[in-house]
Amino acid sequence: MDLIKYVHEQLTQDKKAIPAFRSGDNVVVNYKIIEGDKERIQSFRGDVIQIKGHGATKTFTVRKISNGVGVERIFPFASPNIVDVTLVKRGKVRRSRLFYLRSLVGKKARIKERKYTGNKENS
Amino acid sequence: MNGLIGKKIGMTSIYDSAGRSVACTVIEAGPCVVTQVKTEDTDGYEALQLGFGEAKTKNTSNPLVGHFKKAGTDPKRKVVEFRNFNILAKELGETIRVDEVFAEGDKVSAVGVSKGKGFQGVVKRHGFGGVGESTHGQHNRLRAPGSIGASSYPSKVIKGMRMAGRDGGRRVKVKNLRVLKVLPEKNLILIKGAIPGHKGALIIIEK
Repeated sequence: MDLIKYVHEQLTQDKKAIPAFRSGDNVVVNYKIIEGDKERIQSFRGDVIQIKGHGATKTFTVRKISNGVGVERIFPFASPNIVDVTLVKRGKVRRSRLFYLRSLVGKKARIKERKYTGNKENS
Repeated sequence: MNGLIGKKIGMTSIYDSAGRSVACTVIEAGPCVVTQVKTEDTDGYEALQLGFGEAKTKNTSNPLVGHFKKAGTDPKRKVVEFRNFNILAKELGETIRVDEVFAEGDKVSAVGVSKGKGFQGVVKRHGFGGVGESTHGQHNRLRAPGSIGASSYPSKVIKGMRMAGRDGGRRVKVKNLRVLKVLPEKNLILIKGAIPGHKGALIIIEK
């Protein structure tokens, strides 16, 4: 396992500062899109519904409702195509995998905001 | 054929220049010791015999201990012969490192012993289709092999009929794999895709 970690350290050049977020948080992911030979940046805003894996293969899933259709995107933390991630809102949820949101629509599919919780505020 | 013996470390994924994630296997390849040099004069063909891995002297047979002593090394776990090892004219007892044999972009084959699957049915073991329907009177024969031959002629099951049995745990060679990276400081080589065997298994990489 240590050697796998070594490989990861050797092969990731630019360490981006991705803010610490957890499931239920609302984030904006700016990522590069390559169309032919042109490159542009697209942003994807939604709720984090899953954080999975570890090391080089760690990913997070963002879900949003686009024109009434639920859209989910999986981003690897280590992907060079991610320009940055900004944390918009912290969500108050009671589980780490929010797949129940898939079967909810409209007002039911909202996540309550987690306000500042004093000393217990953990990144 | 050039090659090395290595140990499978595990799998991970790296990103290529276009930012795509590529799954790869990490192998600790070498350093291998030349335990025997075979030449046209002495053996009738050219080959290098390489040794890899640590082995205890008490668990190594005396003839092999002598063989390793001749090469001036400790006993090795695995010894493999590579015919016509052409790029390096190596002497007995010298070590070969991973960056001497492989470079990024090389096409290689990997040989390993696949993971043992135990006693498996024909669907997993031979890729049979199964019955295809779970209803319409299929009872419990969803993954059954079906007919294994005709009746009074030939009155027997022909040899080699594919049936259920022990699966996995055999030597498998995967060809045309691409070397993605070589990290010589830790003797590591990254090969695109999966390679037979469990973590820690001995792998022969041929070029």
